[in-house]
Amino acid sequence: MIEICNVSKTLGDTIAVRGVSLQIPRKGVTSIIGPNGAGKSTLLSMVSRLLPMTAGTVTVDGLDVTSAPSDLLAKRLSILRQDNRISSRLTVRDLVEFGRYPYSKGRLTPEDREKAAAAIGFLDLEDLTERFLDELSGGQCQRAYVAMVLCQDTDYVLFDEPLNNFDMKHAVNMMKLLRRAADDLGKTVVLVLHDLNFASCYSDYIVAMRDGDVAHQGTPDEIMRREIIRSVYDMDVEIQDVRGRKITFYYT
Amino acid sequence: MKRLLLALFVVMILALVSLLIGAGDLSLASLLSSWPGENAMQVLLVSRIPRTVAIVLSGTGMAVAGMIMQMLTQNRFVEPSTAGTVESASLGLLVVTLVAPGVPPLVKMLVASAFALAGTALFLRILRLIPLRSALTVPLVGIMLGGIVSAVTTFFAYRFDLLQSLNAWTTGDFSGVLRGRYELLWVAFGLTVLAYLAADRLTLAGMGRDVATNLGLRYRSVVSLGLVIVSMVTAAVVATVGMMPFLGLIVPNVVSMMMGDNMRRSLPWIALLGAGLVLTCDIVGRVIYAPYEIPIGTVMGVVGSALFLALLLKGRERLA
Repeated sequence: MIEICNVSKTLGDTIAVRGVSLQIPRKGVTSIIGPNGAGKSTLLSMVSRLLPMTAGTVTVDGLDVTSAPSDLLAKRLSILRQDNRISSRLTVRDLVEFGRYPYSKGRLTPEDREKAAAAIGFLDLEDLTERFLDELSGGQCQRAYVAMVLCQDTDYVLFDEPLNNFDMKHAVNMMKLLRRAADDLGKTVVLVLHDLNFASCYSDYIVAMRDGDVAHQGTPDEIMRREIIRSVYDMDVEIQDVRGRKITFYYT
Repeated sequence: MKRLLLALFVVMILALVSLLIGAGDLSLASLLSSWPGENAMQVLLVSRIPRTVAIVLSGTGMAVAGMIMQMLTQNRFVEPSTAGTVESASLGLLVVTLVAPGVPPLVKMLVASAFALAGTALFLRILRLIPLRSALTVPLVGIMLGGIVSAVTTFFAYRFDLLQSLNAWTTGDFSGVLRGRYELLWVAFGLTVLAYLAADRLTLAGMGRDVATNLGLRYRSVVSLGLVIVSMVTAAVVATVGMMPFLGLIVPNVVSMMMGDNMRRSLPWIALLGAGLVLTCDIVGRVIYAPYEIPIGTVMGVVGSALFLALLLKGRERLA
């Protein structure tokens, strides 16, 4: 379980995250939604120790992320941030195999190679393994990054806007894949999502943030309600049941 | 692996050529006939072998240092001479020459390393403070910082009548290399080996702080390790043979185009290509105007800028 306790982040004069307390249960898919600037990415970065927090604590299965050894945490929790731009010229295979670094420290065992091959297969990247990242499209690159994070094989997997750069088909495939990672492999998947309908269709739990704080949390059925979405986004939307899913219409 | 051995063979041939040319007569025949311990043998042991060894060690060292800088800054245009490292090392050498002229060369080098480390750390700090709108901003900042440091150095060198020494540090030249005056470069070699041992960590650091941290790397300590290697290699090279421009820029870029940036794989190539390029430039400098010599810094500047321009035009969209 990820326990977030009174976590705050001040950036200059602005408070990006104000005293958030939140528990993310083991297993399943949890999505964090909310308008731009609500503090979703900042929160995720603090949970994954990429950003120091101004106040509060985060523990992952009892490990305090600010004090636990980083290489131990790297076997429990992994994160993929948005807009990754790796400037080094690495092949897809190199990149994915670096996902095994917490275990192998660079000396890959046959088991490490197997896991890397599995992650490459999982993301359908077999044809691209020897290609360099700078020769790939945005979507292919994103898939390679996701493969690296999955290759890290942690119980907790955090993604900041994983659907960036994806077309419809790849976006749906990615969500199905994350769902499978949760259901078949028993992972705890935490996502920051902008598309409410993806959050509604694929999450077990939704956390809605606004102004640096958690505004609402609950199951998709509890969150996907007109008055709640209005209070989070300041926007009137229509929500309908389509084949048992709550779907928002907000385009017009 | 096969190709690597081939490259090693070529570098060895170049080293052999480098041993056999020069102002003094030194053919294989004269070596054999003057046996034992006559003039030709003296030339070989005191001058030629040290010189060739110095070339190989400084070439590999500077090329690897350039690669490390490019990983640490995630920028393809950075090397010790575009990051203030070389200029800071020269300042350190000047200071130690003024304050304690009698200290052994190793101490001088260590002082120069400390200055180089401080200068490069300052460069990285400035980079963190300014908004980086373009990849070219990074080397420009380094060149400006280097300009300021070298202005200070030149001022004091002028005041204390040390401009000649300063010139020796800023223009690479192997003609002064003799037995007993180049051995510091073995320190640089040791550090190059250390860089190879840390290749995975340095490659990870090159993927950026977030990715590296996510994979459990202690990012700051790897950056520190890289900085120490770069500073000490630069200081050793500047103190013994002087600066060779472009080397740390061209070699890593060529190897990156050939085979990517996984340093576990690319570092041996960078080392070999660095040695080969400096050997070639040194041979050219000695042959073209024989029996006089053109300093390697000058040859390297010409060859290097041409090669670099070619690289820029070829890989423009990737580099920018």
